[in-house]
Amino acid sequence: MKADTNEQALLKGLALNDSKAIETIYKDNFSMVQAFIMHNNGSYDDARDIFQEAMIALYEKAQNDSFVLTCQIKTYVYSICRRLWLKRLQQLGRYSNQVDSLDETVPVEEDLEIHEKRNAEFAIMDRAMNSLGEPCKSLLEGYYLKKMGMQELAAEFGYTNADNAKNQKYKCLMRLKKLFFSQYNIGE
Amino acid sequence: MDDILLLEAIERYLNGDMDVNERAYFETLRKSTPEIDQMVVEHSMFLHQMDIYSVHHNLRQSFQATHAKLLERGDINEGGELTAKGQVIQLWNKYKRVTAIAASVGGVIALVICGLALYFAPVVNGSQIEQLSKAIEVIKRNQQVQGNLINQVQTKLPENAKFISGGSGFLIDSKGFIITNAHVLKGSGAVVVNSKGQEFNASIVHIDQDKDLAILKIVDSDYEPVTSIPYSIRKGNTELGEQVFTLGYPRNDIVYGEGYLSARTGYNSDSLSYQIQISANPGNSGGPVFNNSGEVIGILSTRQAQAEGVAFAVKSKNIYRMIEELKKSEDTTFDRIKLPAHSLLKGMERKQQITRVEDCVFYVKAFNSK
Repeated sequence: MKADTNEQALLKGLALNDSKAIETIYKDNFSMVQAFIMHNNGSYDDARDIFQEAMIALYEKAQNDSFVLTCQIKTYVYSICRRLWLKRLQQLGRYSNQVDSLDETVPVEEDLEIHEKRNAEFAIMDRAMNSLGEPCKSLLEGYYLKKMGMQELAAEFGYTNADNAKNQKYKCLMRLKKLFFSQYNIGE
Repeated sequence: MDDILLLEAIERYLNGDMDVNERAYFETLRKSTPEIDQMVVEHSMFLHQMDIYSVHHNLRQSFQATHAKLLERGDINEGGELTAKGQVIQLWNKYKRVTAIAASVGGVIALVICGLALYFAPVVNGSQIEQLSKAIEVIKRNQQVQGNLINQVQTKLPENAKFISGGSGFLIDSKGFIITNAHVLKGSGAVVVNSKGQEFNASIVHIDQDKDLAILKIVDSDYEPVTSIPYSIRKGNTELGEQVFTLGYPRNDIVYGEGYLSARTGYNSDSLSYQIQISANPGNSGGPVFNNSGEVIGILSTRQAQAEGVAFAVKSKNIYRMIEELKKSEDTTFDRIKLPAHSLLKGMERKQQITRVEDCVFYVKAFNSK
């Protein structure tokens, strides 16, 4: 089934982090995933986690310009969630045959592999960021995530001038890089 | 300080913030200095990771925000037990007293109604067990009907004889020995009727009140002994769940019923009988209970008054016991009784089994002659 234009528009919106598109996709698909996970030994929190991961996987796919979704968003999201949840159940040793396989699914293993690699990298960076401590964390977040200028950051954090802020940022960055690469290279 | 400047330069280079000249200069510097080149590659990779991190971070945040928003609007829901529970508790606290009063008023009314109902209700007969011999009124009516319908058959009841009870019985010897329940034979004599409506005079040969069994012997010149008895009488016990069927005379016609063995003992754990789940009516007393292979496993005798379909049957081995005892006695009549040892009904269809058995099951009418 070819995704219709409406769905393509939604995906484009998701790729641009458009809140309207995210909301629509979220609303249309969350309850289905929640029902699936609740039926299969999951909790509300599990449902939220799994669904949001699937949304990220969908985002990654949508990012790719050459990407054309060959099935409905619903089917894709469901397939991803199903795989993710089965895997999670297996890891927890709670695997049961209850998982109902009557719904249409599409093969998503390849996408998931990429997604999981990204996820692992995200986790490493997240850990590194969180172990930096303040003000390093906020400073780096301000510069790299929020894309604030040095001047702006200096003002916000109360440095007397941008050079001092830059100096501080440099030290923080070096620590972050060290933390990140030590974990990252182990991961490799 | 140089390191800071260098890193800044690398970032500007990677972000494409350098102008053409600066860029060209930096690129030659990269080529000539391996350390710088290495730093650029490393930092480029790091920045790429940082970008992805940033994007995911923002996505997750916006997903969480969306989730919260949709939750609030009720487009999705997560059970929301907390608020509901709160409401219930609030309601409970508010109406606790009212509920308590209502409950106690209800309780008192229920008790009063119960008391009244008990007081005014007609006293029920305490007997928990009904014997399946027929009530005298029923017999009377049946007699009238029968008298009207079948003129060619003259009743063999002695004149002035008064009907006491009726039940069923079955042959245990082709010479005309019939087993029935002792409680069926309340009067001084009996006639037996076969499934075709023919009546035969019978004499009461033996009554064993303990086992609730009795033996009749057909003493009638009209009686033609059957060639063989198709069923056998089981010596051993029968297991729970065994499918059983019975034939008897709760009315003037022979009636078939089926059920299963539901307990190894009878009423109040009486070990002489079985409990059987079957629909039994007055008149079924003394009727044979067969298993699927056509063995008599018991003699239907009583039923539980309060429970639907619960009947009791005297175990068939009691027939053997009774006959053994009788053979030891001095009366030689019983020496001639030979119980059928082999069932000819095994593997037959039920309809065929019934056809074969039917002729050996009799309607027993007990009377009191004046």
